[in-house]
Parts: sequence; structure tokens; C-alpha cells
Amino acid sequence: METNTSNNYGLLAKFPSPETLVNAARRATDAGYREFDAYTPFPVEDLSDAMRMKPSKLPYAVLGGGISGGLLGFLMQVYATVFDYPLNIGGRPLLSWPAYIPITFELTVLLAAFGGVIGLFVVTRFPQPYHPVFNVEDFQKHGSQDGFYLGIEARDPKFDLANTRKFLEDQGAILVSEIEA
Amino acid sequence: MANSNEIPVLQPGHTYTTISEKISEIPLTHPRKTPRGWLVGFAISFLGMMLLLFAASYLFINGVGIWGINIPVGWAFAILNFVWWIGIGHAGTLISAILLLFRQDWRTSINRFAEAMTLFAVANAGLFPIMHLGRPWLFFFLMPYPNTQGLWPQFRSPLVWDLFAILTYATVSLLFWFMGLVPDLATMRDRASNIWVRRFYGALALGWRNSARHWHHYQSVYLLMAALATPLVISVHSIVSVDFAYGNVPGWHSTIFPPYFVAGAVFSGFAMVLSLMIPLRKFYHLEDFITQRHLENMAKVMLTVGLVVAYGYLMENFLGWYSGDVFLRFNTIDRWTGAYAPWYWLLMFCNVLVPQLLWFKKFRTNGILLFVISILVNVGMWLERFIIIVQSLSKDYLPSSWHLYAPTFWDIATLVGTLGLFLTLIFLFVRVLPSISIFELRELVHHQSGSGHEIKTANEAPAK
Repeated sequence: METNTSNNYGLLAKFPSPETLVNAARRATDAGYREFDAYTPFPVEDLSDAMRMKPSKLPYAVLGGGISGGLLGFLMQVYATVFDYPLNIGGRPLLSWPAYIPITFELTVLLAAFGGVIGLFVVTRFPQPYHPVFNVEDFQKHGSQDGFYLGIEARDPKFDLANTRKFLEDQGAILVSEIEA
Repeated sequence: MANSNEIPVLQPGHTYTTISEKISEIPLTHPRKTPRGWLVGFAISFLGMMLLLFAASYLFINGVGIWGINIPVGWAFAILNFVWWIGIGHAGTLISAILLLFRQDWRTSINRFAEAMTLFAVANAGLFPIMHLGRPWLFFFLMPYPNTQGLWPQFRSPLVWDLFAILTYATVSLLFWFMGLVPDLATMRDRASNIWVRRFYGALALGWRNSARHWHHYQSVYLLMAALATPLVISVHSIVSVDFAYGNVPGWHSTIFPPYFVAGAVFSGFAMVLSLMIPLRKFYHLEDFITQRHLENMAKVMLTVGLVVAYGYLMENFLGWYSGDVFLRFNTIDRWTGAYAPWYWLLMFCNVLVPQLLWFKKFRTNGILLFVISILVNVGMWLERFIIIVQSLSKDYLPSSWHLYAPTFWDIATLVGTLGLFLTLIFLFVRVLPSISIFELRELVHHQSGSGHEIKTANEAPAK
């Protein structure tokens, strides 16, 4: 690892199709690589399995947002109409909960959506103005259009410039470039 | 839904590269090479927007007395335009969220545009409740905030629910839309040749790098956002309808209002998507992405919800008789024969009769005919709100307080002005952002071909 940290972030291999990329990702996982990522211009479902990704935890962020939104909305209305400003209108009950449902629902949805989006920002660490992978010229040109890439990072304990390059080429990579840090 | 003889949702022959090029080339055109048609259209819309600015300024100086409203018709154009615009917005959410949950692949090439339409329509709708206030600078009284008077908004009132519904809807639609845009903004960033254009899209793309680990989370959140938006859109228009149904006015006080309003909203929204999509597709030569299949499917949805709306009209008339309520019966007969009867029958023509043409394939696949039908439905839906609001209010319980309503120049200027604002935003959107979701089309190419380099059988739409 020490030999590679200076100005090398890792190796980026380009593959001709999503299928070859999925195979390569699967072999990389099997070969013991952990610190690597695939880059595809659209979501490729098989990659989650090939890279043994755990199910996303973000649904919990959405759930948490939703529950807090619902509680906040409902309790705010209870506080306002029962405790802070009770208004007796012909003896009708103060806690008229059916009338609170629309606002409770809206705030549930609002905070659930915020939970999901903020969670996504946290997990992906966005906004991220710089990432070394963009130093590869071919990636800049094709990464968001028609290129399928596998990037193995130098911080992976198994990473070795020559061996990893050979490994990637063996998987059918059509172009392997070093990523400058 | 799809069988092998149907027209594909994406014309054969496209690869990941051609899709990225074709769609991103529209916003990336050099400003000096902007098509003349765009400039002319934008100029006209911009004039409309200026008219809105003029009408709104005059309104804020002089107050709502410049409109044709009176007592009892205190709600007229402002509220009916509000309902009309918010209804138009709902088709965008329906296309992007509900069709996503139902895995309808034809939504892919129209969802981005429809979502943008939602946002702009909601922005327009949001103007009216503020403009119709006597003291518009005090609109924040509707919000619960700590104030020296120690007061709260009336949480049991639909008008307060409305505020929460509209604000939530606008916010969630914006988040959903922007989230869908991020990967495409990254494509724009990488395709831009000018450094400033590159930085502009780069800043908006937040550093998206198409990482598989990011896609993994992205998709999970995107699906949940769709699942949240689906009940939201129904709740929003139900609450809008309750603004009326809670009122004890003959013609308003009806339990059928929520579903009837939601169907009407989707009806007018699909009509608006078609009215905008047909010229756009022609002008920018997007026939490969927005095919006959899209037009036909949208026409089918429009016909279906149109029938639900027609059922709503039928029920309103039926209840006029079946309720046995003299005021409701009078209201129903007044719709048929009273001062606003011509508008009522025009509404029936536009919303009930004309959509029946969509039973025929010839009308569903002909762009021009479909465009004309969609415009008529938009007009019809506007008239529907006119009849519900103005006709019902003009003759309520006491004949001594009856009063007819007629719009003034300022009413009409505001309506035309919001159309201008809406179209201005649409023109800017088409010019600056990718109006078709690029990454989702790439995914479609992938699914259709197995490998994105050549589509062999474009008709392999996934069986429903």
C-alpha cells in the first residue's frame, strides 16, 4: 500500500458492455477485492449482486422522516387546539383528531421525502466537487454516456499495480488507466 | 399491455451514444444558433408573462376590486385558475410516479417533461391564493409560527390544509424532479465544450459520477419517492375539492367531489401534456423517443379519466333530482338553462362528447387531431371550474342576494398572463435542461437489446 499512495488513486478498467462489467465485478469480489467501484451510465441491477452490496439502508431514513413528520404534524395540532388555544365551539370535542389527518399526512410525506433525499446526500457525500476518477480522460468523455468502468482503489489491501492491472486485463478490459489522486 | 405488433416505445437503431447526443444537443446548442421558432415562441410567452406582471402590479396597488367579483360571487377567476393549474400539474406526478410503480416503460421518455410541467403549473397555481387575498402581504398568517397575538391557524379548515398540501406537493415534486435530473446533468457536464457551461451543469450535477454504489442507493430512494408522491397527488386534489365540498353551497356540498376532482385533474393534466408534447416532438424531431405509442397511451388514459369525469357530471345531475333538495334541484336546472347555460353545454361538449373520439385509433394516432382534442379538453376543464365556482355562487339560497358575475379586463389579463409565465418557463426548461430523461432511455436500450450497441428487436417490451 505504501508504494501506491503517492499519486495513484487506483486503476480504472473500461469494459465493452454492462455484461462483461458485471462478470469482472463478480470476479473482483471473488478475488478478494473490497475497495472498488463500478461506473455505469445507467443503473445496472446485476452489479448490486456482483459487488455484494448490502440492501440500501436509506428506506429507514425515509421511514424515520415519515414517522417524525407524522408525529410533529399531529402533536402540533393537538397542542394548538387542545392546550395552547382551546376554543369551545358549541361543546364540540377539543381533540377533533379526524380534522388533523390531512396536515398530519402532508407533513408525513414531506419529512419522509426530505429524509430520503438528505439521506442520499449523506450516503453519497454529495455535493462532491472533486473526485480522482475524473482525472482519467476517457472517463470524462464516456463515463456518463456509454462507458462501463471498474475502478479498483489503491487503498485496497490486495491492490498491486502490476498484478491488479493484469487481473483487469484478464477480465476483458479494453482499456486500463491509472487514476491520479 | 404491450404485444409484439405494437409500435415500440423507442425507435430501433439507437445506442447509448446516440441517445446522449440527440437529447443533450438541444440544451447545448450555441445561443447564437437557437432555432428561430424557439425565439418567436419565447418572445410571445415572455410578453404574456409581462402582462401578468402588469396585472399583478395593478392588483397589488388597487386591490381585488379591479376584478369582476361581487357578493355573492366572491370567488371567481383567481380560485378557478388556481384549481385549473394545480389540476394540470397532477398529470406530471401521475406519469412519473404512478406509472413508475406500475413499471410502464413508456413513461420513460415523457416523465421529465411532465414533471417540469407539474412544477411550473404548481408555481402558477400558488400565485392565485396570494393574489386573491385582500391583504396579500399577510399571506403568512396561514402558517403556524410564533406570533405576538398568540394565535394559531384554524387547523380544522380545508383552506389551511390546502396550504400544507400545496407546499408539500411543490417541495416533493421539486425534489423528485431534481433527483431524476442529477445523472443527466452529469451527462450534460461531460458533453459541454464551453468551460462555463460545463461548470454550470457540473455545479448542478453535484459531482455525480455514475458509481454503482451510488446508483444502488439512488434507485431505492427514487422508488420510495414515487411511492410517496402517489398518495400525495391524490391527497392534494382531494383537499382542493374539500375547499368547496365543506362549504354549504348548493352545487359544492357533495361527497363525490374528491374523486371527481382528482379524475378531472388527471384529465386536464394529460390534455396539457399532449398539448405541449405534440408540438415539442415535431419541432425538435423527437419522434424516435416520443413515438405514436406514447401519444396513443396518453390518449387512452385521457379517455379513461374522461369517462370518470363524465360519471361525476352524471352523478351531480342525478343528485340534483334524487336528493330532493329544492336548492340543489334549482341549481341543477339553472346550470342547464340559466345565465351560464351556454358555458355549461360547451363544457359538456368539450369534456364529454369530444373525448369519445378517442375510442377510434385514427384519432389516437393522429398528432394534429389529438392536439385539437387536448386543447378542447383543457378549455372544457377550465369551464368546469367556472361553472362549479361561479354558477353555484351566483344563485344560492336567497334570491335577493343573487348576482351574476362577468370577468373584467384584469381577470382575463391575469389568466393570459399565467399562461405566458407557464410557457416562458417551459421554453426555458426545454432550452436549458434535457427534456427527456437520458439515463432512463439508456436503460431502456439496455433492456430492449441485451447489449446497447444495436437494438435487434425493439418490440420486446416487458410483459406486464
